[in-house]
Amino acid sequence: MTQATAPKSVARKPQTPLAEFWSYFIKNRGALIGFCFIVFIVLIAVFANFVAPHHPHEQFRDFILVPPAWAEGGNAQFWLGTDGVGRDILSRLIHGARLSLLIGLVIVTVSLVLGICLGLVAGYFGGFVDVTIMRFADILLSMPALLLAIAIVAILGPSIVNSGLALSLVYLPHYIRLTRASVMTELNKDYVVSSRVAGAGSLRLMFITILPNCLAPLIVQATLGFSNAILDMAALGFLGLGAQPPLPEWGTMLATAREFIQSAWWVVTFPGLIILVTVLAFNLMGDGLRDALDPKLKQ
Amino acid sequence: MTETDKSLLKVHNLSVTFGTHDNPFTAVDRISFHVEQGEVLGIVGESGSGKSVSSLALMGLIDFPGRVTADELRFKDTDMQTLNEKARRKITGDDISMIFQDPMTSLNPSFTVGNQIMEAIEVHQGGSKKERLAKAIDLLRQVGIPAPESRINNYPHQLSGGMSQRIMIAMAIACDPKLLIADEPTTALDVTIQAQIIELLLTLQREKNMGLMLITHDLALVAEAADRVVVMYAGQIVESGPASEIFKAPKHPYTQALMNSLPESAEGQNRLNALSGVVPGANDRPDGCLLNPRCPYATDRCRVEEPEQLGPPGRQVKCFYPLDESGRPTV
Amino acid sequence: MLQYFLRRLGMVIPTFIGVSVFTFALIYMIPGDPITIMGGERGFSADQRVELEIMLGLDKPIWQQYFVYLGNVLQGDLGTSFVTRQPVLSEFMTLFPATIELTVCAAIFAVVTGLTLGILAAIKRGSILDHTVMTISLAGYSMPIFWWALLLILLFSVNLGWTPVSGRLDVLYWVDEVTGFMLIDTLLSDEEGAFTSAVSHLILPSLVLGTIPMAVIARMTRSSMLEVLGEDYIRTARAKGLSKRRVIVKHALRNALIPVITVMGLQVGLLLSGAILTETIFAWPGIGKWLIESIGRRDYPVVQGGLLLIASIIITVNLLVDLMYGVVNPRVRHSK
Repeated sequence: MTQATAPKSVARKPQTPLAEFWSYFIKNRGALIGFCFIVFIVLIAVFANFVAPHHPHEQFRDFILVPPAWAEGGNAQFWLGTDGVGRDILSRLIHGARLSLLIGLVIVTVSLVLGICLGLVAGYFGGFVDVTIMRFADILLSMPALLLAIAIVAILGPSIVNSGLALSLVYLPHYIRLTRASVMTELNKDYVVSSRVAGAGSLRLMFITILPNCLAPLIVQATLGFSNAILDMAALGFLGLGAQPPLPEWGTMLATAREFIQSAWWVVTFPGLIILVTVLAFNLMGDGLRDALDPKLKQ
Repeated sequence: MTETDKSLLKVHNLSVTFGTHDNPFTAVDRISFHVEQGEVLGIVGESGSGKSVSSLALMGLIDFPGRVTADELRFKDTDMQTLNEKARRKITGDDISMIFQDPMTSLNPSFTVGNQIMEAIEVHQGGSKKERLAKAIDLLRQVGIPAPESRINNYPHQLSGGMSQRIMIAMAIACDPKLLIADEPTTALDVTIQAQIIELLLTLQREKNMGLMLITHDLALVAEAADRVVVMYAGQIVESGPASEIFKAPKHPYTQALMNSLPESAEGQNRLNALSGVVPGANDRPDGCLLNPRCPYATDRCRVEEPEQLGPPGRQVKCFYPLDESGRPTV
Repeated sequence: MLQYFLRRLGMVIPTFIGVSVFTFALIYMIPGDPITIMGGERGFSADQRVELEIMLGLDKPIWQQYFVYLGNVLQGDLGTSFVTRQPVLSEFMTLFPATIELTVCAAIFAVVTGLTLGILAAIKRGSILDHTVMTISLAGYSMPIFWWALLLILLFSVNLGWTPVSGRLDVLYWVDEVTGFMLIDTLLSDEEGAFTSAVSHLILPSLVLGTIPMAVIARMTRSSMLEVLGEDYIRTARAKGLSKRRVIVKHALRNALIPVITVMGLQVGLLLSGAILTETIFAWPGIGKWLIESIGRRDYPVVQGGLLLIASIIITVNLLVDLMYGVVNPRVRHSK
């Protein structure tokens, strides 16, 4: 018998990048929990109209400051109780999810897209263009995000739109820097040089050749940026500069809840809790993405 | 020299395993060897052979989740396995010391080299700052560093690779060790510097009558410098014996392959003699003899049964069919 | 090292100019023109307008106005509050010590707690302690700071009655303002119990403000320590037979702390913007509360001046942190 013994384990077929990424990602329990929660809350936000038991702006004059259903004096109609003008807190939270997620998406998208464009241009062309763009980014970065946003909103006038605009501007430099750094690393690599030699134009080089290889840190930053957007948006709402009442934005809900801190703890607790949990979920997912997209770090 | 009661270091069935319960990885598999006072033991093997891990195990530097087991781990009269942590640390850096492969990263960038050498002296020998400083300067002189009084205040990033390795050596011999372990001391250095460092190591070894464990993948180096040699493959010792004998007439097919893959052996040929295949990794250790997938002389028995060490103590081979003087397996 | 210093200093100047341009431009971003805004509700007559225009130099081209503005700023004139008619700078200086006191206490809390937790988590990697620290840290920077404050007030002030709800000092104490720092002033005064009152008022705000920086520092310290502990020179230190404590404290910490210092510096910006929220909730009379109130009152010179001052402070602190990094990192210290 001259059969060769096969080695103990069978060599595995190489996975596609997506499958490899997913298998790393799942191993991170926290990231998985975060991801599931985000899916859950996105679904709630999308189907808010069906999920919420009441209309978020409807005031039940007979049911002002009702405690949560399980507490003394609670009412099964209002699971989480009602606020100072008799609005159902649960419904407001659900509709608030839609607001927060939507505005977060807009903020991140705008700053991401603009940031990528500026970063690509800065990294690719270098020279005076680079210096100007980076100076601009540095100036924005020298002022703390919230402070800058407050200043801009103060000038433009408090509203959810202006807050969104302000935050988009404030997050911009992070994406510019990130993109530029990636671009500069990739610029000297062989595949770029060979594309250029083959005659590819600037636009094509920037967006089609280089950009896909810079995406990993950008995706991580965007996810973490989402959680920042939610937090900062809520902060602006709390200060009266963001979404204006009666919009059920979570931060704005907390602003009006302040006076009830001694009398109605549920008006204060639940909006903040949902902010914490949502931001936590995004941070967990962002961390998981970072670890999965750069396995070197994990080991 | 054979193993005796007076041996400096005696190791029997040393094993180091990593990994989890369901997926254990044996980096070092029941190796046994000894080092005598004043002799140079060469440990030869490719990467993945477990040679570095063995030395780390000797120094007590294997951390969880690695596990070190041995039937005997004896340094002079002391059974190292019965020592508590404090007692172990007393020997480490004092009676047994070690130098590593990359001197540039092995020195702490935040402290001067003088500080780091004096620290070794302080911990094991004590003495006033003046005394330690004088000793440190003297050590620098012993390892051939010019102008030691000024060099002593340099930071590691101000030194070249060769200088850094000299500093490492100075640190290692600071407390007059009986045994010095050198793990690939010249691999990261330029070729011209390599010879100098080896020369320095051997001179110091002779002067101080130290035992020297020279771990390397460089056969030529071992042939020149070592008294005895141990050849490792995939965590096991496949051949051991006096250097002169091993290189003149290797008995294990792997040793033979190593000798053949030297460029000198391929003079006149178009291609180098490379052994096909690769060193087995954690998950593809074959049954029987670990070399069997690559060994040109493998038989069915080799594929199923693990060979034992054959031969007299002092000249052993882990093979069923050790090669004879003409390089052919005995049947 | 000198080169490093000079280069860093050089970068500060254009940044500062950029910030001043931004604050200057703020007024022009407001819908409406500056004079109408200044006029407020009553407005000005046509003659008054012309007078004001000339006085404020609004008839000159915009870039010239900027240089006038910049010149004023560099001389310390940051405008006058619409509301109190006091110079912005002097109002700022009066209120700033309160913010400093709060920020410093929060920073001390953040650094001490963060470093300790981070180091412990790194040494006992994978243990329950490690996971707990990581969870606390994650929760810490996912937390909306204003809600955390309300929660703590609810728990400690309302339910347990351990700490006061707002302000810097109990109303029944009257203390001379010598330094502006309540902790020092109460010690200097003869009033019994004033110091304790000052301390108890500082506890919750400092805790709240310091939570996010603490979380960031803990995380950063842990990952930096873990990285350093895996370095070759740690293996060398152990091979020399050094005790575990010596390896960690002398060899590891020294190198692990270098990147953490940079992070700590960046936290100052976070602390100052967090102070805005914290001061609002705890009715802490510092520049954060002042800024927010001015926004509500449309007191634009204050907004403009306050922003410029805060930004300048942050730029300066970042510069100092960079310089300190240059001193601490031997590679930079010993370069040309």
